[in-house]
Amino acid sequence: MPVATRVIPCLDVDAGRVVKGVNFENLRDAGDPVALARRYGEQGADELTFLDVTASSGDRETTYDVVRRTAEEVFIPLTVGGGVRTVADVDRLLRSGADKVGVNTAAIARPEFIDEVADRFGAQVLVLSADVRRCRPDGPPTDSGFEVTTHGGRRGTGLDALAWCAEAARRGAGEILLNSMDADGTKAGFDAELIAAVRALVDVPIIASGGAGAVEHFPPAVAAGADAVLAASVFHFGDLTIGQVKDALAAAGHAVRRSRATAAPAH
Amino acid sequence: MVVLDYGSGNVRSAVRMLERVGADVELTADRERALAADGLLVPGVGNFHACVDGLRAVDGEYLVEMRLAGGRPVLGICVGMQVMFETSTEPSASGPREGLGQWPGVVDRLPAQVVPHMGWNTVDVPAGSALFAGVEDERFYFVHSFAAQDWTLQPTPPFDAVAPLVTYAEHGARFVAAVENGPLWATQFHPEKSGDAGARLLRNWLDVL
Repeated sequence: MPVATRVIPCLDVDAGRVVKGVNFENLRDAGDPVALARRYGEQGADELTFLDVTASSGDRETTYDVVRRTAEEVFIPLTVGGGVRTVADVDRLLRSGADKVGVNTAAIARPEFIDEVADRFGAQVLVLSADVRRCRPDGPPTDSGFEVTTHGGRRGTGLDALAWCAEAARRGAGEILLNSMDADGTKAGFDAELIAAVRALVDVPIIASGGAGAVEHFPPAVAAGADAVLAASVFHFGDLTIGQVKDALAAAGHAVRRSRATAAPAH
Repeated sequence: MVVLDYGSGNVRSAVRMLERVGADVELTADRERALAADGLLVPGVGNFHACVDGLRAVDGEYLVEMRLAGGRPVLGICVGMQVMFETSTEPSASGPREGLGQWPGVVDRLPAQVVPHMGWNTVDVPAGSALFAGVEDERFYFVHSFAAQDWTLQPTPPFDAVAPLVTYAEHGARFVAAVENGPLWATQFHPEKSGDAGARLLRNWLDVL
């Protein structure tokens, strides 16, 4: 069997608490990130992603603390994104216990940032996070019809999303977190058209994000070319479990990880 | 137990995982302590050339050499495994680097459609492996674009009593996923990120020290 499709819960963290709202607005508190991370680890999550949505820089210290405490007790890969602007930010997150760092706006503002992070820490630490939507009739068109957005999808950039993903991979991004802003919050399924379009252009792994609402939404994302699937609210509010998603993927013929190992006892 | 501290990246997880399975762990590059430890774990995150440079900056080549000469266990993880080979074809703006050369062979880019090889994969464990005891059928977490794809070391008499045990995995091509060779063991995957399966594997290493 090939490498397993990864199932990744995403926790939006604001000043040390998990939140998630429809289209990143109307945020609802869903608990303690460390406790949630531990629960997801026990449920069989293949990785964890923290998206730091903390607005005030003074509260960002709590993010490092949450990362540290999570890495102390959860032994699966941890990606942390949100507000990462400098090589020093990346270094500090890695030293706190993150394995990968998600970069979004800072790379759009200055694409060389991708090269700098990849050169210093290796391509595998950099997850290029792209918030993508179809071009609006009242906005500038792009060649592919998809554009990159910022500010949680509220602001278009006019940057061609497919060309941007290809450029990011060429500059050294080790993975692309592809978030469809058209699908995000709809719970109507992943954006298979977008996933397939990016898959045709890049050879780094793709994490599909946005639109998950039911187990049957996951296999089409993988069939379209996703190597991993990410969701937030459907997991946090108990609509779906990691195991149910893996059952659906396995039933569709995709490899998944099911561990039977038990933690080794300390002597 | 010493986890060799020679560069940036996340090495906390390796320390914490060893502690979780019962080890007394120190993160240091101190020569005496690294030489005296019951086991030396050589982590490795990032580029081959950066890891080789970082290792040499703390005299890591000497530490590994001296420990192995005395039969003292060393475990290399990820790029910490790759540096045990002769060299790597991974591009470097400042030119190629020689590895530690404990094993013959070159670390080469995986010929797969999707690279890096990122995620949980199965391994093909040889009979008699102590490292994988009890977790032969588990998946482990890999993150890498390069790997040794040929194992060429064949011991000759009088050193052939204990042949190296080589575990393979596949991503685009078969590659070396782990080696148990006398006191020098290594994994291309990250046991410290492989959940309970990884914990058991590290416990297995501690058990032979």
